[in-house]
Amino acid sequence: MTDSILRVQNLNVTHASTPILRNVNIEIPRNKVTVILGPSGCGKTTLLKCMNRLIELYNGLDISGSIYLDEKEILNSKNDLTSIRQKMGLLSQRPYPLPMSIYNNIAYGLKIQGGLNKSEIADKVSHYLKIVGLWDEVKDRLKSPASRLSIGQQQRLCLARGLAVNPEIILADEPTSALDPISSTKIEEQFLELKKEYTIIVVTHILRQARRLADHVIFMYLGEVIEQGTPEEVFDNPQSPTTRQYLKVGH
Amino acid sequence: MKRRKKIEEQFFKGLMAASTYIIMITLLYLIYVIFKQGFRALTWEIVSQVPKGGYYFGEEGGILNAIVGSFYIAFGATILALLIGLPVALFMNVFLTRHQSALNNIRFFLDVLWGVPSIIYGAFGFALMLFLGLRASLLAGIITVTLLIVPIMIRSMDEVLRMVPGGLLEASYALGSTRTEISFKVFCRQTLPGMITAILLAFGRGIGDTASVLFTAGYTDYIPESIMQPAATLPLAIFFQLSSPIPKVQERAYASALVLTLIILFISILARVLSSKYKEHVIK
Repeated sequence: MTDSILRVQNLNVTHASTPILRNVNIEIPRNKVTVILGPSGCGKTTLLKCMNRLIELYNGLDISGSIYLDEKEILNSKNDLTSIRQKMGLLSQRPYPLPMSIYNNIAYGLKIQGGLNKSEIADKVSHYLKIVGLWDEVKDRLKSPASRLSIGQQQRLCLARGLAVNPEIILADEPTSALDPISSTKIEEQFLELKKEYTIIVVTHILRQARRLADHVIFMYLGEVIEQGTPEEVFDNPQSPTTRQYLKVGH
Repeated sequence: MKRRKKIEEQFFKGLMAASTYIIMITLLYLIYVIFKQGFRALTWEIVSQVPKGGYYFGEEGGILNAIVGSFYIAFGATILALLIGLPVALFMNVFLTRHQSALNNIRFFLDVLWGVPSIIYGAFGFALMLFLGLRASLLAGIITVTLLIVPIMIRSMDEVLRMVPGGLLEASYALGSTRTEISFKVFCRQTLPGMITAILLAFGRGIGDTASVLFTAGYTDYIPESIMQPAATLPLAIFFQLSSPIPKVQERAYASALVLTLIILFISILARVLSSKYKEHVIK
């Protein structure tokens, strides 16, 4: 692969001697949508959480291996965790807006980063709300609680909130699983738009979503990477019987 | 078989309803008695004056000393308990989340402390007071009541903080928040309604407790002017007046009880109003 932004090397995660991830070696291409596909419980989310080290919040896990972001080791290093996480925006299965106003949800990340004055923050808030197509829906009620938005709007707000801290990568963990089809389509459309500037990693078990979004596909099964490559390689000409089986059943 | 199930269903429904109504009627009757007995003796004089010379023989004066003393002690103790309790509750739920066994131990100790009778705190406060060379005073009372209400406040806050969805914690970390930022900007905001309830619950417990202030705060007919002076409290005012053989003084005990009940009632309503006011930001 020519230009990879993120490289995972020999990653193993074990919980009480049960392997969750087995010897994962992958590369994530820059400014593309990479889809991590696989059935529930195959370790997709664990892999994602290793990337931004949210995995450290969990008890009793043995983690070994390395992850390189722009050729810099991030999994083991005593690097500034805050700056690693700010390079990766997270979109979770169901949206968790912060318990504050719509405006402050986006301003929060900017404020903890620091260095911006009030009007610069206000500009950024409206800029990112426009990017996710939420501006027209909320511009008259920026001060009202984010909890009052619909769940689809909340997910787009979370996307805007993640973008505002200026990440390089967007980690999306089944971002449409709680959303209705219309909201899901909006999120997918935004991903296709955003890949010009960001690298996007989408975890999903929905085959059709993977086909719609993917520039690069990683297929996982029972904690192992079975196959990875372009959509043509993985979808049209799968090498492994497991992949073939999933493609057949997963329609 | 079907008939048996129907009877069973009816029986337990009736049992549960009866228990509920018995509890409610008992509580209402309690409030009714206090109000009825209390209003008879309650005058403006009683709540606005300190006891005069012959007050305890049924003559002039009031219980302003005890009202003010109780507020001083309860406010002081609540503020101290908040300063100690909030960091503990946040530490448990933001920093110790991966140390389940440590958390279980801390919760166990706090629950034991919650259950310790307040006379034990009174005795401990008394010993502490002698050790520090203090006399029965507002300060000693505040310290003792703080010890009494701190476990209550921490465990109430802890239960509220435990309800914060894990996804919200992860989302906050993913934005690059430090633990301190998560504690004070996200968790405190998310749990504000519950926190207010926890604080006012502890305040209510503090203002109503008798045994812990018996030896430590002392009793006086005056409003304390410094924290080194003794302070009267409403529960003790009720106790002293009710143990008097003079009927008029006994009646005034009910007036004091009414004042204390009204304060508790006001605190409970305040807790409800404030927590529903701050509920709109809470993420479910």
